[in-house]
Amino acid sequence: MTHISVKVDGTTYEDDVEPRLLLVHYLRDRLGLTGTPIGCDTSNCGACTVELDGVSVKSCSVLAVQADGSEVTTVEGLAHDGELTALQRAFHDKHALQCGYCTPGMLMAARDLLREHPHPTTDEIRHALEGNLCRCTGYQNIVRAVQAASEEEVPA
Amino acid sequence: MIPPAFDYVRPTSVDEAVRALAEGGEEAKVLAGGQSLLPLLRLRLAFPELVVDVGRIPGLRGVREDGDMLVIGAMTTHHDVVHDPLVRRHAGLLAAATATVADPAVRHRGTLAGSLAHADPAGDLPAVVLALDGEMVAQGPRGRRTIAARDFFVDYLQSSLEPDELLVEVRLPKADGWGFHYEKFHRVSQSWAMVGVAALVRRADGHIAEARIGLTNMSSVPLRATATEQALTGAGDAEAVARAAESAAEGTHASQDASATPEYREHLTRVLTRRAVLAAAGMG
Repeated sequence: MTHISVKVDGTTYEDDVEPRLLLVHYLRDRLGLTGTPIGCDTSNCGACTVELDGVSVKSCSVLAVQADGSEVTTVEGLAHDGELTALQRAFHDKHALQCGYCTPGMLMAARDLLREHPHPTTDEIRHALEGNLCRCTGYQNIVRAVQAASEEEVPA
Repeated sequence: MIPPAFDYVRPTSVDEAVRALAEGGEEAKVLAGGQSLLPLLRLRLAFPELVVDVGRIPGLRGVREDGDMLVIGAMTTHHDVVHDPLVRRHAGLLAAATATVADPAVRHRGTLAGSLAHADPAGDLPAVVLALDGEMVAQGPRGRRTIAARDFFVDYLQSSLEPDELLVEVRLPKADGWGFHYEKFHRVSQSWAMVGVAALVRRADGHIAEARIGLTNMSSVPLRATATEQALTGAGDAEAVARAAESAAEGTHASQDASATPEYREHLTRVLTRRAVLAAAGMG
């Protein structure tokens, strides 16, 4: 067992974990933060995307021990007091989800894009989301939502 | 999927990492960004007894100049490489090719050195570093040694690093004034290159004075298209480039898999080499 201290969505957790434990399993099974889904388990689909020290990562491809001393933001840490962020609101307004399974990962990847490029073109949005798959193939509205959010002052 | 159990250490210096690797022997694995190793562990294709996490060793991340060389530390991520002003100025081919690797989240974690040490012939960066005439600096219990890219890639997923050696730096001669292009053929955006061609071209008086071409996924190791490189010397127009590209698949040993036959890969190599060289030479 290895001792870790991780700040997740503003709360610091201290735990002893097996080195082989994946970050996504730590978030879901140990902390109960099931807002982050496991999609493909092969690093392809991006459903499990979270932020680790401010950048997007696929939490199925990070060990919990690698997050020791770090700060993690999951989709559950975005809204404050029930108030959705502009990006979340845009996903709602533009019908950017059908089954919703890819949505947490799409939101986290889109936040990453908007931090680097506050006003992306649709091409840039598509490139930035290439690591996130939507099995409902609802990409058109996802792109529209990200674009709509980019027109807000504080998008993510 | 859950990886097999392993012991884990997180050394705080290169010396400490090398000692851990020496103790672990063949059963130890280096963890850098983990974007190749973790999928292998999850799929239970690798069973290390010890994982040595070098991710927190100070001084391993970053890019610096050393005379006419560019030095890229082992923990420098793909994202760092794509955005680094020194890389963009002196090794634009590397920045351009790295931007095509996987997706943004993977590029935040994955490292250049990790990708080279993994030595996957379908990875984009081995052929790029080979075309750039790069060299790797390895540190082990016997000290440091420098390995030229052409001697570094030994076989499929096998580099010339010893089990107790850590790749600490990648050194690239500055390619100022060279035109460059990385042409990658793959069926979906995140998949590995079916074939990739890394082209560097130096022009003089409207002709190609010198060309270097690295091939991704055309053998168990990255290759240089030497016949085409020689044939390109003096080429002055698109027709001459197309003629030179006809020999791009000479000496390759492409594999057969579900997505392509060797013959198809050879065909792709010729076509992509022509495109890459034309783009690199500004003749496209």
